[in-house]
Amino acid sequence: MASLARISSRLSRRIPLARAIQTSADTTQLAQDASHSEPFTVKLHEDSFRAYRTEIPGLEVQVTKDGLLSMYKEMNSMRRMEMASDALYKQKLIRGFCHLAIGQEAVSVGLERGITPEDRVITAYRCHPFAVLRGGTIKGVIAELLGRQAGMSHGKGGSMHIFTPSFFGGNGIVGAQVPVGAGIAFAQKYMEKPVATYAMYGDGASNQGQVFEAFNMAKLWDLPVVFVCENNKYGMGTSAERSSSNPEYFTRGDKIPGIQANGMDIIAVKKAVEHTREWVLSGKGPIILEFVTYRYGGHSSTQDPIRGLQRYIEEWGLATEEELKKLDKEAKAEVDQAVEEAKASPIPFEHDLWTDIYYNGYRAPIHCVGVSVKRFTTI
Amino acid sequence: MFNTSNIAHLTRRRLLGINAQFARRWQSTGSEPPPAGGHLPSIATSTILRSTRDSAIRTPGIHWLDEGASTTPGNVLAGRETRKMNLYQAVRDAMSIALTKDDTAVIFGEDVAFGGVFRCTMGLAEEFGRERVFNTPLTEQGIAGFGIGLASMGHTAIAEIQFADYIFPAFDQIVNEAAKHRFRSGGQFGVGALTIRCPTMSVGHGGLYHSQSPEGYFMGASGLKIVIPRSPIQAKGLLLASIRDPNPVIFMEPKILYRSAVEQVPVDDFEIPLGKAEVLVPGSDLTLLTWGTPLYHCETALSMLSSPPAPLGPHVPASLRSAKIELIDLRTILPWDVDTITESVNRTGRLVIVHEASRTGGVGGEISAEIQKRCFLKLNAPVKRVTGWDTPVPMQYEKFFIPDPLRILDAVVETLSY
Ligand SMILES: Cc1ncc(C[n+]2csc(CCOP(=O)(O)OP(=O)(O)O)c2C)c(N)n1
Ligand SMILES: [Mg+2]
Repeated sequence: MASLARISSRLSRRIPLARAIQTSADTTQLAQDASHSEPFTVKLHEDSFRAYRTEIPGLEVQVTKDGLLSMYKEMNSMRRMEMASDALYKQKLIRGFCHLAIGQEAVSVGLERGITPEDRVITAYRCHPFAVLRGGTIKGVIAELLGRQAGMSHGKGGSMHIFTPSFFGGNGIVGAQVPVGAGIAFAQKYMEKPVATYAMYGDGASNQGQVFEAFNMAKLWDLPVVFVCENNKYGMGTSAERSSSNPEYFTRGDKIPGIQANGMDIIAVKKAVEHTREWVLSGKGPIILEFVTYRYGGHSSTQDPIRGLQRYIEEWGLATEEELKKLDKEAKAEVDQAVEEAKASPIPFEHDLWTDIYYNGYRAPIHCVGVSVKRFTTI
Repeated sequence: MFNTSNIAHLTRRRLLGINAQFARRWQSTGSEPPPAGGHLPSIATSTILRSTRDSAIRTPGIHWLDEGASTTPGNVLAGRETRKMNLYQAVRDAMSIALTKDDTAVIFGEDVAFGGVFRCTMGLAEEFGRERVFNTPLTEQGIAGFGIGLASMGHTAIAEIQFADYIFPAFDQIVNEAAKHRFRSGGQFGVGALTIRCPTMSVGHGGLYHSQSPEGYFMGASGLKIVIPRSPIQAKGLLLASIRDPNPVIFMEPKILYRSAVEQVPVDDFEIPLGKAEVLVPGSDLTLLTWGTPLYHCETALSMLSSPPAPLGPHVPASLRSAKIELIDLRTILPWDVDTITESVNRTGRLVIVHEASRTGGVGGEISAEIQKRCFLKLNAPVKRVTGWDTPVPMQYEKFFIPDPLRILDAVVETLSY
């Protein structure tokens, strides 16, 4: 036992980092005057990225006023949706499980801005924003959480089970989605389509064996997959340093190169996504992209990705506080209406208990569509 | 016979017709006010639970393991103390004894050093040290394999898989390594010191990945034992027996009982033997066999049978109300106590099996086949199974997915009147 004690104390000692990643949400500077009509250039903090076996992305990024404002609106909608879900969960209207992505909006909204609708995304259970951004609706998400017919999986799964044609879920078994992502990317490569797969997982999930198995296959076959580690520092109660012998997740792919990016600054997120997309589409094989982020808005307001973007918009003179408040109000109204509509949707039909188990029209085992179903319909 | 069966069928249809209306109210796990028809047993009022010191220390089959037990065999009950515990506290108490008495014992799993999701390891890391109660990374296959290695060195390995639903990534290690270790080394190695605990069964709204009952998946894994306790005393005694059993054991704890099942639990070290079913209510007309949470639904169903609440009256033939039902808790699912069940069914001529897992591939199928073979000429009715449906655990219809008291009553009425 003494040996175990030695091992665990060694594990918990932190290896000092060469140079820490910047994780503030508001360190991007103007590189030229902001324009209301034309794209203009901004410069990310020099520590926005770190690289392993590759170069960091360029720090100069082109943005537009409209782009920034619509990202602001979208991040607010996502935050409002998660807050509404939280309230519904506390009222026990949402049963089962409900994992929120409050504080991590820069990742979901920024990712969507850096890819195209033809690219594919797959993630774990912290999935609500992706489901909306990839073609779903807030009503569809909330209704799914409530287990209603209007839910995106017809109320059959709940929080962790939401899909769209370009979003492969919503996956509750930690780590399981990562090799699935490699398979999706293989199909893309096979069809010779210029598209990428973003396979996402958490810092905790990164320790599942199948994540490493997926890395190996992806590198062996040079698949166009970006493995995205959303490092929010904790997997349930256990901190990244205590779960991972190497908490530098972007370096864990062995021969696969990696980028670590500030996951709190949406401009850095978008840049990192564009960069990694180009990488995998140029035939160089997979790459790991680690976003350093925080659960629930982080420790201070410089670590709130929405407040960070708000500061850029205001300081660069693109909109006033009042104008932004208006956008926020619109987001809230949109979510409020979605909640009401979702609540009005009925729970699934009883017969939907035994549909979608096999392909429509196929017979389930005897005790499903046979006797029991007849009995069930008498309820 | 044809006629009776038809009547039973009709009765059943009518019973189930009012199922939706009453199911919620009569779910023994519900917290709504008592129904107008009067009080039915619930987990809180269950007579299965031992709520006094006297009944607790007289738990059938209890085997005391402290010094007092061996030095004064004539008076093993004198001075025995009990404490009120719910199931998670009893599980914790068992592990605390295991850690105290066995220097090689360690506990590991996801977040167990913080008490775990259900608080079963609360305070153990503080009490026994982080080198004996430690968190693992998220790695179920790794947890199982690591436990096997540790146990093969003769150390007592107590692993936790956070939910039974997450045991599948560890399936290979459990089935191909742990279960076969002794056989494939010709008896030179064994991993008997490995116990894997996991919360199991439904909570009413857990959905696809938090309400499964995977015990049936392990039925073909000879070399392994599977144990499911029904109450705090049982949990403590069976867990200590599992930890010390010279075979690898999967110990599945019905998670809805963690807080709701409360008993006076003897504070001393004791075991309850593995491989033995327990007859909770003796009877002569029908054997009702189950394990874990559905035991309490069976108790409710039996109360409904003998004195049906008013709305159910017309559906429960008067001639069946005095039927003597033998209620059995299987406790060890693998290897199961075939002798006790055979003896019972040979007496009663009827068997109803209740479990939460889906029917196809469920443990009930195995038991039915064996009992039909052993008791064929004594059976007065086909063996009946009341189980989850052959669907994933659905989020909205979980309460209809799991066997509830009405479905059990329905099966008992049908089998009695076959
Ligand atoms: C195979 C499996 N094991 C355990 C769990 C329970 N579980 C759900 S989330 C979680 C923590 C995951 O942490 P991380 O990957 O860092 O993601 P985060 O929640 O931080 O987004 C755990 C242990 C699970 N869902 N699946
Ligand atoms: Mg995490």
